[in-house]
Formats: sequence, C-alpha cells, structure tokens
Amino acid sequence: MGAKSFVSSWSLLRQLRGRDLLGRGSAAMSARSAHLEPRTSTADNVVSSVCPFCAVGCAQKVFVKDGQVTQIEGDPASPISRGRLCPKGSASKQLVTSPSRVTKVRYRRPHGTEWEELDLATAMDMIADRVIETRKQFWEWEADGRRTRRTLGISSLGGATLDNEENYLMKKLYTAMGAIQIENQARI
Amino acid sequence: MAEAHPVGFQWVMEAKRRGATVIHVDPRFTRTSAVADLHVPIRAGSDIAFLGGLVNHVLSNDLDFREYVVAYTNAASVIDSGFQDTEDLDGLFSGFDPEMRLYDPLTWRYEPPENPNEEEQERIGEFARAERDTGEQKRSHQAAQSESHGSGGAPVSWKGRRDETLRHPRCVFQILKRHFARYTPEMVQAVCGIEPDQFREVADSLTRNSGADRTTAFAYAVGWTQHATGAQMIRTASILQLLLGNIGRPGGGIMALRGHASIQGSTDIPTLFNILPGYLPMPHSEQHQSLDEWVRDDEGKAGFWGNVRSYSVSLLKAYWGDAATPENDFCFDYLPRVSGDHSNYTTVKAQIEGRCKGYFLVGENPAVGSSNGKMQRLGMANLDWLVVRDLQMIESATFWKDGPEIETGELVTEDIGTEVFFLPAASHVEKAGSFTQTQRMLQWRDKAVDPPGDCRSELDFYYELGQLIREKLAGSTDEMDRPLLDLAWEYPVDEHGDVDGQAVLREINGTGPDGTALSAYTQLAADGSTSCGCWIYCGVYADEVNQARRRKPHWEQDDVALEWGWVWPANRRILYNRASAAPDGSPWSERKKHVWWDSEQGKWVGADVPDFVPDRPPDHVPEDGAKGPDAIGGTDPFIMQTDGKAWLFAPIGLADGPMPVHYEPPESPVHNSLYAQQNNPAQRRVEHPTNPINPSFGETFPYVFTTYRLTEHHTSGAMSRTLPYLTELQPEPFCEVSPRLARERGLEHLGWATIVTARTAIEARVLVTDRLRSLRLGDRFVEQVGLPYHWGVNGITRGDSPNDLVNVTMDPNVYIQEKVGTCDIQPGRRPRGPALTAYVDDYRRRAGVHIHPDEGGAGR
Repeated sequence: MGAKSFVSSWSLLRQLRGRDLLGRGSAAMSARSAHLEPRTSTADNVVSSVCPFCAVGCAQKVFVKDGQVTQIEGDPASPISRGRLCPKGSASKQLVTSPSRVTKVRYRRPHGTEWEELDLATAMDMIADRVIETRKQFWEWEADGRRTRRTLGISSLGGATLDNEENYLMKKLYTAMGAIQIENQARI
Repeated sequence: MAEAHPVGFQWVMEAKRRGATVIHVDPRFTRTSAVADLHVPIRAGSDIAFLGGLVNHVLSNDLDFREYVVAYTNAASVIDSGFQDTEDLDGLFSGFDPEMRLYDPLTWRYEPPENPNEEEQERIGEFARAERDTGEQKRSHQAAQSESHGSGGAPVSWKGRRDETLRHPRCVFQILKRHFARYTPEMVQAVCGIEPDQFREVADSLTRNSGADRTTAFAYAVGWTQHATGAQMIRTASILQLLLGNIGRPGGGIMALRGHASIQGSTDIPTLFNILPGYLPMPHSEQHQSLDEWVRDDEGKAGFWGNVRSYSVSLLKAYWGDAATPENDFCFDYLPRVSGDHSNYTTVKAQIEGRCKGYFLVGENPAVGSSNGKMQRLGMANLDWLVVRDLQMIESATFWKDGPEIETGELVTEDIGTEVFFLPAASHVEKAGSFTQTQRMLQWRDKAVDPPGDCRSELDFYYELGQLIREKLAGSTDEMDRPLLDLAWEYPVDEHGDVDGQAVLREINGTGPDGTALSAYTQLAADGSTSCGCWIYCGVYADEVNQARRRKPHWEQDDVALEWGWVWPANRRILYNRASAAPDGSPWSERKKHVWWDSEQGKWVGADVPDFVPDRPPDHVPEDGAKGPDAIGGTDPFIMQTDGKAWLFAPIGLADGPMPVHYEPPESPVHNSLYAQQNNPAQRRVEHPTNPINPSFGETFPYVFTTYRLTEHHTSGAMSRTLPYLTELQPEPFCEVSPRLARERGLEHLGWATIVTARTAIEARVLVTDRLRSLRLGDRFVEQVGLPYHWGVNGITRGDSPNDLVNVTMDPNVYIQEKVGTCDIQPGRRPRGPALTAYVDDYRRRAGVHIHPDEGGAGR
C-alpha cells in the first residue's frame, strides 16, 4: 500500500471528508467489515410473527436459513410498534434457539429421585389414561341435590402466551371432560 | 409503562412531544417517572383514596362534563329508598351479612317503576321472593352474579326513574357526591402520602385537559388489579373518566396494559373457570339447569347482550355439532356446572387437601409466579400426576428435587408421590396462530420453522389428547362419556399431522346455514342454524379470509389503521364510540371528531367502525316493551349495558359494593383513616395453615412491601432468566429501599438483606435508592420495600422468589390476589435449611401468628 492510499484509507480522514460525520457507518469500516453481509440479507425466508412477551403486540420478522432461525427483528410496517423491540423482544432469537431448551420428554415416576426418558407417544398414552381414571374417580353427578355433571379431580393452569386457537381447544376439551378448575395467568 | 411496556410507551412520548402532560403515579421512581412531567409517589394499595380524591375534586367544584354525564351515565337514576351508604354505616353498605361476609345487593337497585309493565311486575315479584331467601340461597345468588359477568354489565331489572336535573337526593349523582365528600386532599395525604400541592397539580391538569375539546387517558397494569380491592380501583378510574367525559372518545379511556402476549385472548376465549368463550357464564348448578334458565337473566334485555341465546346456542353447535339439536336443548346438559369459587388459589388448597389429583401446567410457572409459592408447591407435591408443558425446565417441574421445601426438610423427595410428565413445547415461531394484544387486536403469526425433537404446540397436544381419550372411550355407554364422544373434534391436519390453526380460527369465527364463514355476530341465530366458537370474534374470518393476518403497512393507511390485524368486536378500535358524538349525533368538537351521525346518509360514519346500530338516529326512542338491540335508544352509547348507560353507581354485579371505598390492604402498618372498617369486608382469604397473615399495625412487620417487574425480565423468569442477553443485563435479584429505611435497619448498599413475612423469609441484594421515597402519612413515616419478583432456583440467574412472601387474600369479584403486604427487613443473608423454618416460626410467635405445629408442615 502506497503512502497516499494509506492516508486516504485512514478512517479519521474518511470520517472528516466523507458523509459519515459521526463515524458510525462507512467511515468506521475496515476492509473486512466492508464486505460482511448481515444475516438478514442471506435468509432463505422471512416470516411474519408477533413478539411473545408482553401484550403490546410488536410485530416481528423472523429470518430463516436452512431451516434454522438466524435472526428476529422488529417489523417497521406495524402501526403499533413501527419496527421497535424492547430488550426482551430483541432477545427472542435466544428464546427460540436457547441451548438449555428441553427438547425431549422427561418423566419422574412417583417417589423417584431423578428424571427418566420416555417416548412421546408413550407419554401421551399414559396421560390419556391418567385423565380417564382421575376423571372417573372424582366424577360428580350432583352436589347439594343439584345436577353438576363434573369432575373436581382435574385442574389446569395455562400461561397467557397461549394462542387463541389453543385456548379454544383446551376449554372445549376440558368442558367435554367435565373439568371446571381450568384457569389462566389472566387471573393471577 | 416505560419499564414493562417500553414499545407501547413510544406513543406516550409522541403525545408528550405534541404537548401532552404525562403524570406518573407509582410507589417507585422508574424510567417512566424519568421522562414524565410529574412523578407522584404513592403508598402501594392506596389508589382508591387517591382516585377518590380526584372524583371529589370534580364533584365538589362542578367540573364534570355535565351534558355527557346526564345523557350517557346513570347519574340521573334514582336508587331504592332502602339503600344505605358507607357514610351511614361507617364503612359498610346496606345488605352486608357479617357471618357470610357477603353483600346482598337488593337495596342497591334502581327504584322500582311506579307503573310497572308486565315484565317489570314479574321481576319485582322475584325481588320479593329473593328477600325471603335463606342465607344459603343468597350466597349462591351472589356468588353467581360476581362470577358470571364479563363483557356485558350485570342485567338490571328495570331502567328506573331518572331525574335529569340531578337534584333528587337519591339520584346517583347526589349519592356519589356525598359518598366521596370525605376524600379531601388532606385525607389523600394521610392515606397515600401525597402532598396536597402535588395532588392539586394532578387534579388541575386532569380537569383542564378534559371536556369537549380535550380528552385524558389513564393507563394501568397490575398495580391496580392485584389487590383485594382491585376491581374497585378500576371502578374508581371509570367513575372519574365518565364524570370527565373521557370514555368512548379518541385520546380517552382507561387502558389495561396487560402483561402477556395473549392475556386478553385468554380472557376472551377463556381458560377460566367461570366463563365460556365470549364471556358467556359457565352454568351455575343453583340457577342453570336448562338452556332457558341459562340465558334467562339476559335474554331480551336492552342491548346486544339481549341476544345471548343466539350466542349460546351457536357455541353449543360449535362444541357438539350435529349432536346439538333443539330437541336436546342443544346439548346444554353436556356443560358441567360451577357451584361457587373454583378459581386457581381455591383449587391449590383443594390439591393440598387431596381433593384434586391431576394438574396441567401449560406455559405457566406457579412455583415462582403465583403468590405464596409454598402453597403452590405443597399442592403439586400432593397430586397423583402433573403434566408440565414448557420451553425450559421450570421450577414448577423440579420442585420435588430442588424446591425451597426440600432445602428446609419440609418435603422429602422420596416421599413425594406425584408422577411428573415434562413435555417440551413449541415456541412462538414454531407454530402458526393468533395472539390478542392489549387493545383487543388479533394478530396472526405464521410458522417459521418446525419445532425440534419432541416439542409440540398446545394445539397439537390437546388435539391428540382428545383423540386418544375418545379412542379409549369409544363404545362406552356410560352417560358421563357422551360429551366427549359427541364432541365435534375433527380438524384438518397437514403432512406432519399438525392441526391447521386457521381451521380452528374459522370455527371460532363461526359458520352459517350454508357452511360459509359468517361476517358479523348479528348474523347468529338461536335456532341452531349457525355455529360460532366465540361470538365476539365473529368476523375475524369474514369472506373466508383470515383477517387477523392482515399486515398493510401503517404508511399506507390513516392513523386508525383498520387494515392491520383485526380488533374485536367488528374490527372496532374504540369501544362505545357513539359517545364520541354529542346526544344530537354531532361531534363534541372538531378536534375530537371520531364517529358521528350523517343525517343525509341516515347512518353513523367516521374513521372507526361505529359502535352502535348503524342506522339508528340520535333521536330514536324505543317502543315500550322493545327487546335486545331494538330497545337501544338513540342516546344510549353503552350498548352492552341493559340500560344503555355507563354506571357511576353499580346497582348489581359487584360483590363488594355499588361504589368504591378505600380499605387498607389485608396487611397494613396503618389504621384506615376513612372508616372504622379496616379491610374490604367481602375480601376472600384462603384459610390454610400455610397461608398465615401478618397482624396489621404491629411492630414485628412494620414495613410495606410490593412486587414489580423489570424491563429485562418476564414474570416468573422462565422466558428470560434462561436467556444470556437478559441475564447479563439484569443478573441478580435485589430489593429497593430508601436511604431512611437503610439507616433504620443498618442495610448496606450492595450488601445482603433478609426480608421476612409470616409465610417465609427470602434474601436479596440491597439497592439503597431515592427511587423509593419515605412517605409521610400524617405524623409518621411509612417505608416500602420494592421487590422485583422474577427469580427462582433454576435458569442462568437464580435467587429466592419474592412471591413466596405474599399471602393469598383475594378480590371478591375476580379472585385475584393482593400483592401488597407487610414485612420486616434485616441486614445479612437468611438462615439455611431447617434454621429458616425456625427463624420464620420465631417471627410468627413474636407477631402473635398462631399455627398449630401439626398443621404448619407439609400438610400432607
């Protein structure tokens, strides 16, 4: 590199002479960073989503490459959030890709001291059996001489990050079971 | 708001930039206070006294928006001569039964009409019969009333006499004036710790900024809801906003800043014990043993709630499809009945006592997030089985091996018989579905990637669980299995076997006789020809299009942005917006124009979807005996209320009085300055040895504590303490105390402190800060300890859970817990192991809290 080109590539000079007066853009770039590409530009797919934390409902854009989430950003088109996300919303890629996420069924038998592994289909089958048995054990046709047609043996507490469609199926199934102690974070 | 809803707060800053005054009322100084024009520190739990002071200011200085108040509220309604106020009974209203701790609202009613029509005569007869009821019957009537009202007001039996001069001594306006007269600025100071000068500044800003040309908005969060008087705190704000004419108008209203992505949706399509989708009440065994009885209270009453039979029958059709016929009451009998309070904390007590043995936890972590964590964990330790569905290994799934009671020896792993299934869940990008955000807006998410490993959505889990149960019960002839076997449970699945969420949303929207999607709930019928899973969501799938998925950029629309998402009901953005126009239908002012009557077109027009019968003129007077929507008069904007008016005084429907009253929290360092009655007389306590209460005004627990959120964490921490970015930003639990309290107790900044109540003791780092002000109440100071509540024993950042300190006393209307209590705070770390139990026992002894030793343990 000659002296002239060295001087002209000096970032301070580029900052003073160019358009990037604050030195936070092109003036600060090195030869390497000038050629870096953001993950958002190389995504195979950009999917519209909504932040799962508080109830403001900020719109998110989920960037996907090779079947993996590579970035989550605010969607500027939203009249609610105009592209902004708070610290939690900005961290939601970690929520999805967290290495501590549990991805296998865990089972603790009565009086057990450790988790055990269990096949998902087996777990589902066991849970269905438990529901049928407990429902029957605590079944009540009447209370104080009035028809109740219910079971008081089964309870449920849901978080408020459940989708409307999920809440709908939950309430529908529980109601058909006769389970009434069905509650949600909305009451907490 | 800047702390817990930062992105929503940008609009407050926009308003401020355009000249709005921002007032922040909060026990602590936060990021919101930092940019507000005024920060008003307040003692936690004293909000009714503060808001009541503002109501009194408006009423005693004639600052109300009189034309609005007379036309749109029940200010003119005359109340029964038997009514007695808290003024007459030193803190109680008429109708209180001290033994049952319940109100009978009979005397709160509108004065019966002098010349009743046939229907009114019948209702008067019912009242007379109710008066002869036994206490037990009254109890069940009352319980059902406060447990079954959602979006609509409770039904009144007649519209009653009105005195539009507002001079009748028994009219609501005069009653209200007398009731709030004692809420003076000096009283506000004595109760809340707010200086009279600062109070006047708030009052002046508020009234100056309300009227025909201007509106004021309130925003609140769990600082109002999580109290034994929570519903009445919000009622006080409603009264204030109605007196100022700030409801149903742009820039007005009371905004609930809800804390979770679809907590609004979880109420609309509830997983709640007392309601069905669209706020239809769960049937109550005492009153509802047939479809007719179920809809009777509301059917035919004025307003859209009068069509309740259409909404109910359409729901039954969505649940049981072809099996639901007119001959079998549309399967009404398949619905289980409630018979009182089956809310979560009451159920936890049933778990501890072995009366409820199966528990599903679905994206919820009560071991950290619910009050009195010990009760939660002891309940879970006494189940037959527990299913936990979450993204991470939360404390509620591991209580049997590492919960605080294992450390103290109160529970022993090998003795816990609970079978635990942990099933990993899909994240928000691994499934498609809709959230309903805090302004009732449904927004659809598309699916980005498949969930890893065994992770599944709740949609798939419950669909499959239903399939399995139905397969196992197939062929059963037992009548108890009919509702499961007849259930309409056919949903299309994709190539991976995943349920199509849009098909479920379409079922929620509803379909007509020809099977196509409906576009409005006014199309619903009571004859079984329509099906609809949630009547208030009808229209979200209009024209067979998922309207919640609309994403037209805001720069291509006006400010109302009707083409982004879909808002229930009917894509209407401001509820009760008929009130944005004067009684004659013209806008109150050019500046606050929103919806108005266009006499040439003969309909309501404006930027929003009008919340009124579209072609009903402002001068319309309903015919005598008109029913449902036909009975809505031209000046009745509150179309879900049976009298069309907003209620300054609630003649029915509330469990703890027709008007708000300041009562001290169940645990308080001070006496109630307003009345001899210390606490909400109707509050509900969960009576159990694990839920002892600190005696008020004692020396053992002299300080107030309150819990709250931090920007960088989310509720129980399951979605934030597990993320490296967020734990780096907010790495450790702490408590905030004032410099004065730090001196009084010898607390060192950044050192450790132990905070103790009759429930337990926890430790946290100390932050000595002016952000928590020592409040002067009369001649004494009250100190408050601030506790961010996000921590538990799992995750990247760990610590004791402040919710373990909280007692369970509930609001009698909604069964939400009181989050404020009293405590002691001492320097240093808490004792470990069994020494912790002994330490707390010693406090209980000194405070005079008695628990029998046999009852104090695991309760198993």
